[in-house]
Amino acid sequence: MSDGAFFARDRSWHPPALTPPYRTSVVRSPSRAPISFPQTPSETTGPVFGHDILGPLDHDLIHNYAASGHSAIGPRIIVQGRVVDETGRGVPGALLEVWQANAGGRYRHKKEGYLAPLDPNFGGCGRCITDESGGYAFRTVQPGPYPWPNGGNDWRPAHIHFSVFGHGFAQRLITQMYFEGDPMIDLCPIVQTVPDPAGIAALTATLDMRNTVPMDSRAYRFDIVLRGRRQTLFENRKEGL
Amino acid sequence: MHRERELKESPSQTAGPYVHIGCTPNFAEITGVYPEDLGRVIAGPEAQGTRITVTGAIFDGTGTVLRDAMIEVWQADAAGRHPGHDPEADPSVTGFGRVASDGESGQWRIETVKPGSVPGPGGAQQAPHLTLWIVARGINLGLHTRMYFPDEAEANAADPVLARIEHRARVPTLIAREESPGAYRFDIHLQGAEETVFFDV
Repeated sequence: MSDGAFFARDRSWHPPALTPPYRTSVVRSPSRAPISFPQTPSETTGPVFGHDILGPLDHDLIHNYAASGHSAIGPRIIVQGRVVDETGRGVPGALLEVWQANAGGRYRHKKEGYLAPLDPNFGGCGRCITDESGGYAFRTVQPGPYPWPNGGNDWRPAHIHFSVFGHGFAQRLITQMYFEGDPMIDLCPIVQTVPDPAGIAALTATLDMRNTVPMDSRAYRFDIVLRGRRQTLFENRKEGL
Repeated sequence: MHRERELKESPSQTAGPYVHIGCTPNFAEITGVYPEDLGRVIAGPEAQGTRITVTGAIFDGTGTVLRDAMIEVWQADAAGRHPGHDPEADPSVTGFGRVASDGESGQWRIETVKPGSVPGPGGAQQAPHLTLWIVARGINLGLHTRMYFPDEAEANAADPVLARIEHRARVPTLIAREESPGAYRFDIHLQGAEETVFFDV
């Protein structure tokens, strides 16, 4: 593993801080430009998580909150893919955390007031660590669309939140995964904070029939790209060399 | 000439108001899935160094406190070594912390040890600091900032990152206030006259 600086983040590819159609961003967006500096060990290193933190059902949201012998209600799906960096290399040992609403679009959270019911056998959180090639997989139920107080009639597309740790704190990323073909994607002010349609496409999981388990679960494919990093050969050369 | 495949980073999206379900489920009262929330302990009881607490709150551009934010901390141990990256690092320090703003008051609090100095660019030493990352509803891309210590004036004056801040009047937004020995206060302002310096790391 190389430990050079990460490639500069393309901030025109990410959503800008101020995106008025997503109304909460208006007073939560810094108005001054961020300040850049050459990365130091505080940015090029990050927490390392071992498999010892994982329980046997952490990646199985259908069962990790369910009573014994029960499972969550909803369309059973597998979400799987790879975490790679911008050079295409797999990122092994990356912790992924996911959270989502249940099949009816209801989150298990005390500040949530949507009238769709909770599923007593669904908590909505899961996590896993990528394998040697950067691969990962979850099993869950497909979340439902969810209404939210933004415009007068805004609904989130079905989505799964992803929190991703790479190898350095500068790679830290939280994003959302959407589902191929969902007509709510084009209507969503949060999705539309992403400036480039190609960026939205990158957040849209594709139906993956090859990995679908017959008579059990459909599969979706979602690959995640983290920042790449430079080689270190000439990073600390002395003056005159 | 061989050209490596170049991909674009996955675009960020807001963590949303229910980030706690996935990142601090026990805090969100989803119990029985994980034994404890990740990042609960930054420095265990056996950790070397000076124990400190940091409390703070995050404010929006109207001065209203955020009650749904999540803050992550990454730091070196008391001797300036990063856990997991330096074999000599203190085994009682994870270096990683994660805390949610209180759902009513918006206050957050971490307990840790004061980090040592870490090398910076060009062989310069950096002043002791905590690296912070903030996500919440309404924040489209996680915000990187740093907390420095008020009792390190000389090191702060020589710090290569603080030196990058052209508008010197903004430097104090990154320096905590010491309320009593070892107890620091660090408030973060997302927008407005007191706006905290955020970094493009």
